[in-house]
Amino acid sequence: MARPQQSTPDERGHFGPYGGMFVPETLMPALLELGREFQAARQDPAFRDELDGYLAEYAGRPTPLYFAARLSEVVESRVYLKREDLLHTGAHKINNTLGQALLARRMGKKRIIAETGAGQHGVATATAAAVFGMECVVYMGSEDMERQALNVFRMRQLGAEVREVTHGSRTLKDAITEAMRDYVTNVRTTNYVLGSILGPHPYPLIVREFQSVIGREAREQIVARERRQPDLLLACVGGGSNSIGLFHPFLGDESVDMLGVEAGGLGDGLGRHAARFLGGTLGVLHGDRTLVLQDASGQIARTHSISAGLDYAAVGPELVHLRDQGRVRFTTVSDDEALDAFSRLSKLEGIIPALESAHAVAQLLKMAGELPEIVIINLSGRGDKDVQAVAKHLGEELH
Amino acid sequence: MNRIDRTFAELKEQGRAAFSVYLCAGDPDLETTRDLVVSFDKAGVDFVELGMPFSDPIADGPVIQAAGQRSLDRGTKLADVLDIAAQIREQSDIPIVLMTYYNIIHRFGLDNLAREATRVGIDGLIIADLIPEEADDLLAVARPADLATVFFVAPTSTDDRIKLAEETSTGFIYCVSVTGITGARDALPPDLRDHLRRVRALTTKPLVVGFGVSRPEHVQALSDVADGIIVGSAVVRQIEQASNLPREQLVEQVAAFAGELAAATR
Repeated sequence: MARPQQSTPDERGHFGPYGGMFVPETLMPALLELGREFQAARQDPAFRDELDGYLAEYAGRPTPLYFAARLSEVVESRVYLKREDLLHTGAHKINNTLGQALLARRMGKKRIIAETGAGQHGVATATAAAVFGMECVVYMGSEDMERQALNVFRMRQLGAEVREVTHGSRTLKDAITEAMRDYVTNVRTTNYVLGSILGPHPYPLIVREFQSVIGREAREQIVARERRQPDLLLACVGGGSNSIGLFHPFLGDESVDMLGVEAGGLGDGLGRHAARFLGGTLGVLHGDRTLVLQDASGQIARTHSISAGLDYAAVGPELVHLRDQGRVRFTTVSDDEALDAFSRLSKLEGIIPALESAHAVAQLLKMAGELPEIVIINLSGRGDKDVQAVAKHLGEELH
Repeated sequence: MNRIDRTFAELKEQGRAAFSVYLCAGDPDLETTRDLVVSFDKAGVDFVELGMPFSDPIADGPVIQAAGQRSLDRGTKLADVLDIAAQIREQSDIPIVLMTYYNIIHRFGLDNLAREATRVGIDGLIIADLIPEEADDLLAVARPADLATVFFVAPTSTDDRIKLAEETSTGFIYCVSVTGITGARDALPPDLRDHLRRVRALTTKPLVVGFGVSRPEHVQALSDVADGIIVGSAVVRQIEQASNLPREQLVEQVAAFAGELAAATR
């Protein structure tokens, strides 16, 4: 097997011109310590064993690589779904939160905080905090709390405090801003468990490392089934954690094409979508330099997606670097296309996807008839959390 | 020598600490900001931080964040703030430090910023989310323009990082008083004097303390250990509370408040 191509940032987290550390000085010593501790932990067999144990026995890894026969027939390709939706808490987010919570424990921190958009990362952080006996605070925009009321209830049941963020666009962007403020204030006692490959170094690296288990498994599973690597990988892209998790272990496999799917929302125009690769410009948000949806004055733009997990103004710096190198391509699907895919996958395969993952499925459906032979889609989460929002969109009221 | 260096040199001769005010440009409006700065000069304020707001201010507390949002809702842009600085310069020689977040100047263009800031008479820059290691691009344009670049030291900063701030800062070093974000606090942290002594032992440049300083007694208590003291949120709150008053009255009232704080260094 070809060795995965390296996509390694420099010591301060620069992927080419992207990434870096753009934070208040107060955080710097803690971020440097986190980076050192992470490097030590990843080389510590005891840490790896403990994390692998929790991933296997608690979270439910490895997840199946499922051959979706009926879907394959419709799109005229051999389509496999990487079933991250079957993980404990219902999405890939738990891979990262278990890792980061163990890292926090190793550093002697007893309090963890997180931001959440769709609520999946918040639930996964609250879950990790519960199983390791830590205090947990989750920041969530008030608009997202309304969209994802079920997950708010879950987090509270898990013992986390959910703090409502009522300023700005009241979505993921503002939740991250608020979580960073908490981190600046409580940095001596608290670890910030960031949920995507965003923010200051070392977060993009840490999250990538903990999510790459997705691609490592998929790479072995597809070879076991097909005796060769796939032709195309598809994943939705919010911050980018599920996409990098699937893509990264395949980077060295030159024949494997990779396509990230952003939220096209309602269509063209700043504020109507979350398509950073289409409408973004180089900027600095929440600690890293990357593509950002912003106005001409450098104020961060509002974004829109029917999927709260994709509704964010910036994208992981490593993905922009991989785009520049021509290694990963990006495209968008609209709210309506994602909703259609949500419904199609449910009926074709008996799998209700998260609206985020439905974007990747929608792209597959759009490419029907023009697909290569073997495709893997990262089915990053399940759709239970979205049924109310989708029902509302369809004009049905649930009781 | 730029105005900041001159001010610290003069104050050193007088044996007195500098008193500085942060205000958010465009709250309640840009003309009021201009008049406030001119009046602060007359009231004994030694220099000002003129804040250009950002939509996602991760280093600021609720008072400055809300002021920034009010200003942005009125459409404040960096070019407007530079215009106001030019208008201040027609009436006052008070040193002005522009304080903002990196995305604002990154978007404006660093070359453009250095040229425009010099043109309008701005003396230095404080970027809340810029650490010395990421500042090469800014230093490259600020140095030739004689714009001071002010970096931070925090209570969490290690000795190495304090030395890094010393090496890269010009004008002064900004000592964050608390592990946290901006905002008025009732009392200064008990270990602040020790923190300042530690920084002092590793640096030679003027040390200016900010974050959490809100009362004349705080200013007085810091006057013998710091070279300067910045009050932000407490003044921003005064401006907010007076925002219904006619401009002249607002300016008079807030300048009087700043004057009381400034008097505490004397």
